[in-house]
Amino acid sequence: MSETPAHPYIPNSAPAIRKAMLDYVEIADVSELYAAIPPELRLDRLLDLPPPFLSEHDLRTHALEILSNGISTEDYASFLGGGCWKHFVPTLCDEINSRREFVSAYAGDAYSDHGKHQAWFEWQSLLGELLDMDFVSFPTYDWMAAASSGLLMAARLTGRDEVIVPRNLNPERLSHMRNFCGAGLKAIHVVGFDPSTGQLDLQDLQGKLSDATAAVYFENPTFLGTIEGHAAEIVAAAHATGALCVVGVDPISLGILAPPSQYNADLVVGDTQPLGLHLQGGGATCGFIASADDPTFAAEYPTLLETITTTEQDGSWGFGWATMERTSFDKRGLAEDFTGSSSGLWAITTAVYLASLGPNGIREVGEAIMQKSHYTAMEIEKIPSISVRATGTSFKEFVVDFTETGKTVTQINEALLSKKILGGHDLSRSFPDLGQSALYCVTEITPLEHIERLTSALQEIAT
Amino acid sequence: MTGEFDMAHDHSLLRDGYHAARWLEPLVMELGTPGERGVLPPAVEPTIAEQVGDVLKTIPDGLHRKDLPMLPELAQPQVLRHFLRLSQETLGAAVNIDIGLGTCTMKYNPLINDVVGGHPNVVQVHPLQPVSSIQGLLEMLYRLQEQLAEIAGMDTFSLQPASGAQAIFTNASIIRAHHKLNGEGDRRDEIITTVFSHPADAATPAVAGYKVITLHPDQRGYPDFDALKAALSERTAGLMVTNPEDTGIFNPRIRDYTDAVRNVGGVCAIDQANANGIIGITRALELGFDLCHFNLHKTFSTPHGSEGPALGAVGVRKEFAKFLPSPIVARDGDQFYLDHDRPHSIGKINSFLGNVGIAVRAYVWIMAHGAEGLRTVAETAVLNNNYLAKKLSDIRGITIPYPEAAGYRLQEVRYSWERLHEETGVSTNDIKNRMVDFGVNNYFTSHAPWVIDEPFTPEPAESYSKDDLDEYAEIVHRVAKEAYTDPEKVMSGPHRSSISKMDDTALLDPTRVVTTWRAWKKRHNAQ
Repeated sequence: MSETPAHPYIPNSAPAIRKAMLDYVEIADVSELYAAIPPELRLDRLLDLPPPFLSEHDLRTHALEILSNGISTEDYASFLGGGCWKHFVPTLCDEINSRREFVSAYAGDAYSDHGKHQAWFEWQSLLGELLDMDFVSFPTYDWMAAASSGLLMAARLTGRDEVIVPRNLNPERLSHMRNFCGAGLKAIHVVGFDPSTGQLDLQDLQGKLSDATAAVYFENPTFLGTIEGHAAEIVAAAHATGALCVVGVDPISLGILAPPSQYNADLVVGDTQPLGLHLQGGGATCGFIASADDPTFAAEYPTLLETITTTEQDGSWGFGWATMERTSFDKRGLAEDFTGSSSGLWAITTAVYLASLGPNGIREVGEAIMQKSHYTAMEIEKIPSISVRATGTSFKEFVVDFTETGKTVTQINEALLSKKILGGHDLSRSFPDLGQSALYCVTEITPLEHIERLTSALQEIAT
Repeated sequence: MTGEFDMAHDHSLLRDGYHAARWLEPLVMELGTPGERGVLPPAVEPTIAEQVGDVLKTIPDGLHRKDLPMLPELAQPQVLRHFLRLSQETLGAAVNIDIGLGTCTMKYNPLINDVVGGHPNVVQVHPLQPVSSIQGLLEMLYRLQEQLAEIAGMDTFSLQPASGAQAIFTNASIIRAHHKLNGEGDRRDEIITTVFSHPADAATPAVAGYKVITLHPDQRGYPDFDALKAALSERTAGLMVTNPEDTGIFNPRIRDYTDAVRNVGGVCAIDQANANGIIGITRALELGFDLCHFNLHKTFSTPHGSEGPALGAVGVRKEFAKFLPSPIVARDGDQFYLDHDRPHSIGKINSFLGNVGIAVRAYVWIMAHGAEGLRTVAETAVLNNNYLAKKLSDIRGITIPYPEAAGYRLQEVRYSWERLHEETGVSTNDIKNRMVDFGVNNYFTSHAPWVIDEPFTPEPAESYSKDDLDEYAEIVHRVAKEAYTDPEKVMSGPHRSSISKMDDTALLDPTRVVTTWRAWKKRHNAQ
């Protein structure tokens, strides 16, 4: 009679070993180990789960069969962005973030995981150069987490409890801020923007600024793709009322666009997903917070902070998490923000990306993005009844208005999908004042053939 | 115990000749020479370049980057070599007997998880694709939601939160939304937790605006029930705890606690980040909880990924489902869709759908086990723990606090080196650093505060063999013995790691925190 084989992941499920261990613990049955759980609190049956695939081969077949029902941006031409962008991912990035040592590590400190800590410090350092800022956080979950934490930092630093954010913000980010900052901020005021230029409404901003304003937050490029031309004026207006300015930035733009520190932003936040990470269904986010190397600011960072030090004996580099008393791990019920497992593997990946691209690569990639994006916008503009908003002021994304076609974005996108094109993200629900508009994204790896396929399909659909 | 079994392992288990990889690798910022290139960006088609002209001219005044960022310049082989060396200087769970990081559930991350998670219909999927184009992925997420609901006894799961802390914050937000909807939001302003629950069970309700009351252990190690009763009032919003706690002690009267909180109108949330000892044995539902969460990167084996990407799946009873973050993966006949139309939702917790690649891996892991397999996971984790506990409790200097707690510890034990510290002056931090010299991870002591003096919290998950447990116990034994015979050797460790003992004061002094190479250079040059 054959007995059930040991589970391949569970060495001590082999019956002879299990028996020897039970003997050593001096019990007859493993159920005795659960004596502390009263019978009425125990599940008196097996879980109702589907039968397993105990062979790896069968498991693989099963899982891949489910996943095969769908397509990806590898199969179709994609013009989707909106905070998750398909950029060039060097093979180096995939190689390093597949290394089992990094994949399987966790919270070990530098005596067991020196290399991981060094890579994290390098991520902070490389970002510091890109952002032209001296102090950079450990990775946060994503951009929205970094932005919300940045606003709470500003509130603590100023002793004020209101913030101002722009209307041209990703609505999901605003939703996060409202929930996350619900207790830490008294009000989040929303300031308008000019739909024809994409620029923040400076007059509206002036009207909303007050001595209760802790921070003004804006993004550059904005969620709707335009470069915020009044960046320096917005920062100055915030500073004039004693508020701080928190700027969200797409880091892949910083080879060609001035980093916010150069127009005097106090805190800079964003996400390094564009820097060497795949789309991952939206799961490759890796946020950051940066500032000047100012101890007053440093004390308010809620994240882990990787610091550099030296060894006692030979003075070689050592790294570690610093000043844990700042964090929710130590503050517990007195915490004003929190941290936890975030995006360490993606940070290591971005370090590889920036080290690979170098200063010239990051400039060239920025320019290539702009060239392709502007070209696509120009070509779409040529199509009668379709217009591009704020044309010529964007970085990699732009708003395409289909209102005059008489079709909804939903209809346009369905028609594009049938031609193997993933059309831009529908803005008609979140930005109804833009009519039937969609956010289009073009990057350095969008091939000319895809752009031509899009414009020819739109020509056909619009008429 | 058979003699044969012992005989087979009658040899030294210690790796006295071990030394970690030690490359003395410079920072990447110090490497390379101007002009070297690691990768070249994709070329722009000539047609495009010609037609758009100089796009940089469209950048508004003052927004051009003037100087190139001071990134290093390295050729490809040198980039690869640098980061491979750093990977070699990282003792991931796949490389070592990673029992030390207790509460983290360091278990085997099956390679097949990454094969499935690496499928283009995960990796290359954009989260805003039409749902019709990602039906397979949504089906897998939906199945996982359903399976987690059965495992927890809850009705609905959200896969959006990106970590345990974020999941606990989600539950704090749900409690807040629930009381607000009932018109009691202002009055109910207190959350109760325990000191042996994860710090996030106190910190995240505080971020959500709550006053936090912390229960301390009674003589047997259980959260003080009298203190709970005294804390309960019309101000009670909820209870946010774990069970078994960090000590490995399961509170057998947990139902009395949850009943008491619910009787005053509070909501009960259990932190099941680490459910490795009870999966398939008991559930949040039977324990009397309304809300729970699982860390899929812990119990459910998706890799920890050097501190993420991670996933804290939140499960709730039916009446709380409306508050979950949007969207939820839902089903209509044989079609799967994303339900965004949820007016009572607390809103967004994490971007898009969360870390879907991690969810996919957890699904694969559950399907590799089934109901019986999951039970075997829990039982083996608890057996491993008690096997190791018996071995470690024989070691001079180590004690197991709260001996009066009923029954056995479940997935882990929080030990104390207090006696050894008193007798030798060697601390738990010294021991953990010296243990690295035998090829194992730097162990976890305890979350703050240290209620148990000189703590040590190993967790031998189901992935470790009897030989692994024996070797680990032998390392602990060796270092403890050395503390009595040669304490200086222990206190000056590690000696065979990638680096020697650091100037730790730099990690404690706020004025010495330097997070970038440019800041280091500025400070160094200023001196």
